[in-house]
Amino acid sequence: MDIRCFTVLIFCPTQFHNLQELRHSASLANKVFIQRDYSEGTTCRFQTKFPSELESRIELTLFEETVKTLNNFYAEAEKIGGQSYLEGCLACATAYLIFLCMETRYEKVLKKIAKYIQEQNEKIYAPRGLLITDPIERGMRVIEISIYEDRGSSGSSSGSSSVSGSTAR
Amino acid sequence: MKNCEYQQIDPRALSASPLSAQNPAEKKVQRPRRKWEAFPGKNRFFCDGRLILARQNGVLPLTLGLIVVTSGLFFAFDCPFLVQHLTVCIPMIGGVLFLFVVASLLRTSFTDPGILPRATADEAADIERQIDTSGSSTYRPPPRTKEILINQQVVKLKYCFTCKMFRPPRTSHCSLCDNCVERFDHHCPWVGNCVGKRNYRYFYSFIISLSFLTSFIFGCVITHITLRSQAGKGIVQAIQESPASVVELVICFFSIWSILGLSGFHTYLVASNLTTNEDIKGSWSGKRGAEESGNPYTYSNIITNCCVTLCGPMPPSLIDRRGFLPPDEAIPAAAASEMELPPFTPKSDANMCTQSTKDVLERMLHSSDFHGLCPSGNPKTSPLVQEVSSAPATAEPYLSSGCSRQLARQAVVDPCPLLSPVAFSKSNRRDSLHSINPAFRLASPSPTLSRSALVLGDGPDIGFIPQH
Repeated sequence: MDIRCFTVLIFCPTQFHNLQELRHSASLANKVFIQRDYSEGTTCRFQTKFPSELESRIELTLFEETVKTLNNFYAEAEKIGGQSYLEGCLACATAYLIFLCMETRYEKVLKKIAKYIQEQNEKIYAPRGLLITDPIERGMRVIEISIYEDRGSSGSSSGSSSVSGSTAR
Repeated sequence: MKNCEYQQIDPRALSASPLSAQNPAEKKVQRPRRKWEAFPGKNRFFCDGRLILARQNGVLPLTLGLIVVTSGLFFAFDCPFLVQHLTVCIPMIGGVLFLFVVASLLRTSFTDPGILPRATADEAADIERQIDTSGSSTYRPPPRTKEILINQQVVKLKYCFTCKMFRPPRTSHCSLCDNCVERFDHHCPWVGNCVGKRNYRYFYSFIISLSFLTSFIFGCVITHITLRSQAGKGIVQAIQESPASVVELVICFFSIWSILGLSGFHTYLVASNLTTNEDIKGSWSGKRGAEESGNPYTYSNIITNCCVTLCGPMPPSLIDRRGFLPPDEAIPAAAASEMELPPFTPKSDANMCTQSTKDVLERMLHSSDFHGLCPSGNPKTSPLVQEVSSAPATAEPYLSSGCSRQLARQAVVDPCPLLSPVAFSKSNRRDSLHSINPAFRLASPSPTLSRSALVLGDGPDIGFIPQH
């Protein structure tokens, strides 16, 4: 069973559901939280600093690209310009009833982000035993990256230094 | 590293495997619960989670009632005369304004103001690790702040003990609703909700349109009485013929000062990209020295500030009220993470009190003495709280839950925008708004609380610096 989990993790990453089901067999070792970067104000940006716990699991460039793409998506959603003003004025003119029928631009971008994260999980993160949680599920405060260890090899590979993530039994 | 406070957090409890294996039968029995049913803040939900309101919403019916009654009297008694003698546009304009006011008011009241969901257990543990102190479990460490640079200016982020996270900039914890709200402006009892990032524009439209409506009704009623008295035998007879107009006059006269004043104040805030909270506390007014003053969020251009605040993109609600709780979360884990409130418990004040007590128990690993902390807002408990340095933010809910009715009464009686009899000047209005700010509101019962709250400004979580 251990070999099967291991194999599936490495060779069958495209089926996202597999990873969800295998969460039961692959054990959660640690969670890393990428915090928000407020240097440019209250707009949504995440820090691109590479956490040390991921050093052995994923390449720096891939990680940075994911975070930068997410930051770009959020910047696009929160961009203040002609379109957002138009949307705001139109909404005000209709006493905000237009939101009952129309989706805001922010919501459209959030859907794009969800799709992007799922695609990243399938292609890049799941094969490495990682899983990104959409920041919207954490109140846009953090990007949570769960690190999974294969149960069979947990004793040797749990080099995670955190206290709460220990799965040793 | 001994970290007693979070000993009980165990990520294994979060993974589905142990729980789902244990009780597959229970999953089928219970109906899927929505997340709003297990929401930890003090809010009420309607329409299966679509509408959200603060728990203390006693004055919202009064606001609605006043608006509807005054407008009703106007349409019933003044409009027929004015249509006859002037023009039919008057009730049309009045109708449009009335609809706009009511729509904005309902939108403000029932929209999520920008509540931040509380940190998950893992997140909280991660943050604890990062700000690890000596690890002693016998006293609460000094208040936690984190300094960051925003647009080359130093801003302090405070740690919220209730929500277990560092508050983002411009976020404040509303103790009446027991939630951290983004871009927190104030808690408005007249609207029955906090005013924050997501509903500020609705609040602003509400007060602006209400100013127009009251001025319009006031003007029309004056015109009506004048025309009648000119046509008839004087003003006394005019009043006798149309007594409802006097009622409207009185209501409008008293409201107009406060509403117009409030609109002016908020227009100033919008133009300078400030919140009421920041303005009252004087965060950017240069009190602390020339090099630290200056609002880092302003665009230094009135038009841009207005557009950004009022017409900016509409952020989504972060609390996902209508999502379904996963079955394993609905069952309280044995590890009893503090975030996982037993969802079957009805959210009465007593229960919130009990749960907060449980939090303190788990956190401080003390015995039953702390049941005494669940009182009816007795100020004498504050020295006790201070001594043992329990989480002040959890102390707040005790006071607020215990004396919430008293507070609500105070909030009604005390001047808040609409009907303050003496709040004509801006400084008076600031005082009245001062009373809206829950930090100050809750400071009034006890002198120790008020001193610390006023000094440190933000309310409970950093008010209790122990043993200085």
